Amino acid sequence: MKLHEYQAKGVFADAGIPVPDSTLASTVDGAVEAAEEIGYPVAIKAQVQVGGRGKAGGIELVDDATEAREAAESILGMDLKGLYVDRVLVEAAVDFTNELYVGVTMDRAEGKPVAMVSTRGGVNIEEVAAEDPDAIVREHIDPAFGLHPYQARKAVFDAGIDRDVAIDAASILTQLYELWEEKDATEIEVNPLMVTGDGEVIAADAVMNIDDDALFRQPDLAGMEEEAAEDDLEAKANEYGFDYVRLSGNTGIIGNGAGLVMTTLDLVDYYGGSPANFLDIGGGAKAERVTNALDMVFSDENVDSVVFNIFGGITRGDEVAKGINEALEQFEEIPKPVVVRLAGTNAEEGMEILNTDLVTVEKTLEEAVQRAVSYAEGGDQ
Amino acid sequence: MSILVDNDTRVVVQGITGGEGKFHAGQMIEYGTNVVAGAVPGRGGQEVAGVPVYDTVDRAAREEDANASVVFVPPAFATDAIFEALDAPLDLVVAITEGVPQQDMAKVYRKLRGTDTHLIGPNCPGLITPGETKLGILPGNIFSEGNVGFVSRSGTLTYQVVDNLTQRGIGQTSAVGIGGDPIIGTDFIDVLELYEADPETEAIVMCGEIGGEDEEDAAAYIGEHMDTPVVGFIAGRTAPPGKRMGHAGAIVSGSGTGTAESKIDALNAAGVSVGDTPNQVADYVEDLL
Repeated sequence: MKLHEYQAKGVFADAGIPVPDSTLASTVDGAVEAAEEIGYPVAIKAQVQVGGRGKAGGIELVDDATEAREAAESILGMDLKGLYVDRVLVEAAVDFTNELYVGVTMDRAEGKPVAMVSTRGGVNIEEVAAEDPDAIVREHIDPAFGLHPYQARKAVFDAGIDRDVAIDAASILTQLYELWEEKDATEIEVNPLMVTGDGEVIAADAVMNIDDDALFRQPDLAGMEEEAAEDDLEAKANEYGFDYVRLSGNTGIIGNGAGLVMTTLDLVDYYGGSPANFLDIGGGAKAERVTNALDMVFSDENVDSVVFNIFGGITRGDEVAKGINEALEQFEEIPKPVVVRLAGTNAEEGMEILNTDLVTVEKTLEEAVQRAVSYAEGGDQ
Repeated sequence: MSILVDNDTRVVVQGITGGEGKFHAGQMIEYGTNVVAGAVPGRGGQEVAGVPVYDTVDRAAREEDANASVVFVPPAFATDAIFEALDAPLDLVVAITEGVPQQDMAKVYRKLRGTDTHLIGPNCPGLITPGETKLGILPGNIFSEGNVGFVSRSGTLTYQVVDNLTQRGIGQTSAVGIGGDPIIGTDFIDVLELYEADPETEAIVMCGEIGGEDEEDAAAYIGEHMDTPVVGFIAGRTAPPGKRMGHAGAIVSGSGTGTAESKIDALNAAGVSVGDTPNQVADYVEDLL
């Protein structure tokens, strides 16, 4: 789960990491009122989870109430890289002399967290990493001991951060690692960490991704999940407990197991179609879950056909068939054509139960995908 | 021949009194696996699926001479169960559990490096040596004995591709599902190395997916160290950046690392043919044998 900037900054502030004064607003009047209260200049920042908000017109710096109103009017309701902006963060502008980068992420290959520091903050750090890897200092962390204070100091000094602010930057890095551990983060990043004329450091942006698999022990963060969802269908998927990703095509896809569902998406593309979604019903799904999955995909207005591909291991073909029947028998007319392919555990039992008046059955994955793609293009049923 | 497991593997099922543990202990026994004990704290002295249950893995291993375990313990307790198996110590631990927190796995991984134990998973379907034994939840009936070594990050994709092979009469020496999490105990290279050393494995199928750089690292390893031919498959060509595709590890980063394209290019450069479809993977394997 990726937190919004305002959520991450709330977590930072609670942990004692300095952040600028700010207020969240969802109306133009609310944004102007917040700006007046904070005092100009302020930054008005779109709260959507996408990089490069500034360049896309989602962040504006304003000096008075007229400018604040204009900025809030243009940002609230805008489409920012495909995401609808319904909230802005109104934040005191920081008078900075320097922009740094500090963060902690998981190094998958090493199987351990790594702290990262750079003097080249304020720009896309992944681009910096690609162009000039030496501009980022990396310090691996032993998960049994955590980040030793000397490691934080070593990282900031090696990165070449000015001696006047180095110790403060190191202590922020230490606090970030403590948060990382306490909140089960997978990524935590301050970019930029601004240095002011008075030699203070302040977190002007905040990125925090939380391990979905650890939300069971992070009740405070789990409560933020719904607010963090970007799309109504994705929110619905959270409710049903599906792994779901919405895409822009018109062939809906349901299957069991992440690798096989991804492969089904790839085959839709390979046979000239365009996938509408990724939906994994998981292992051992019962009939009700299957019904919910069809409900999800039918709710996507872009979908013109559905391919339902199950290779049963712990998932049983008869349960899947029961769920498909239950989902479809409630309709007088099937909303979108459904192609079913069942293989593996109890596939034969499933085929006996499946109401073949309501669906098209194919024997192989390849045939099922080709059929669904043809239906999506308006082919004969 | 085979890798990691055979008729001599003696298995403790951790979490055998739970629904999944009990069901799959039965399935494993039916397949021919030597399941010799269960381990569940507080349930010692009971009998489940026809085998004795002990309170600790240590006791189960000592009393029943076990050398491997399969973990069916819920995510919140799974890492403790893995530590218990590592400390027993067992030679092989197979963690089926899905949803183990990443930071817990980082601690397990650190411990694992100082041991001689092989950990498969977590979030994996397990492994099988067809005709001898299976540890995990793989449906035994789709596998057949033969000369192709199989390794995959995904469960049901394994079933799909293995089925494509078996339908054409191409059997497997062993098949290993290494798991789809960002941090796993055994990676592609570990398994490729074992197949390379196995005289009966004549070809290898490796199924990867988007996220991380394990496939790229494996490609470099194949290019430098392997004589056994490898056929590849990569899932997630159509995955958008920044979205987790089911598996915690299956995510293309915002900067574009971990893409299917980068993995396919790396494999091709190492002389590995990569199938566009599972069926094409079987075509390539057929050509090799």
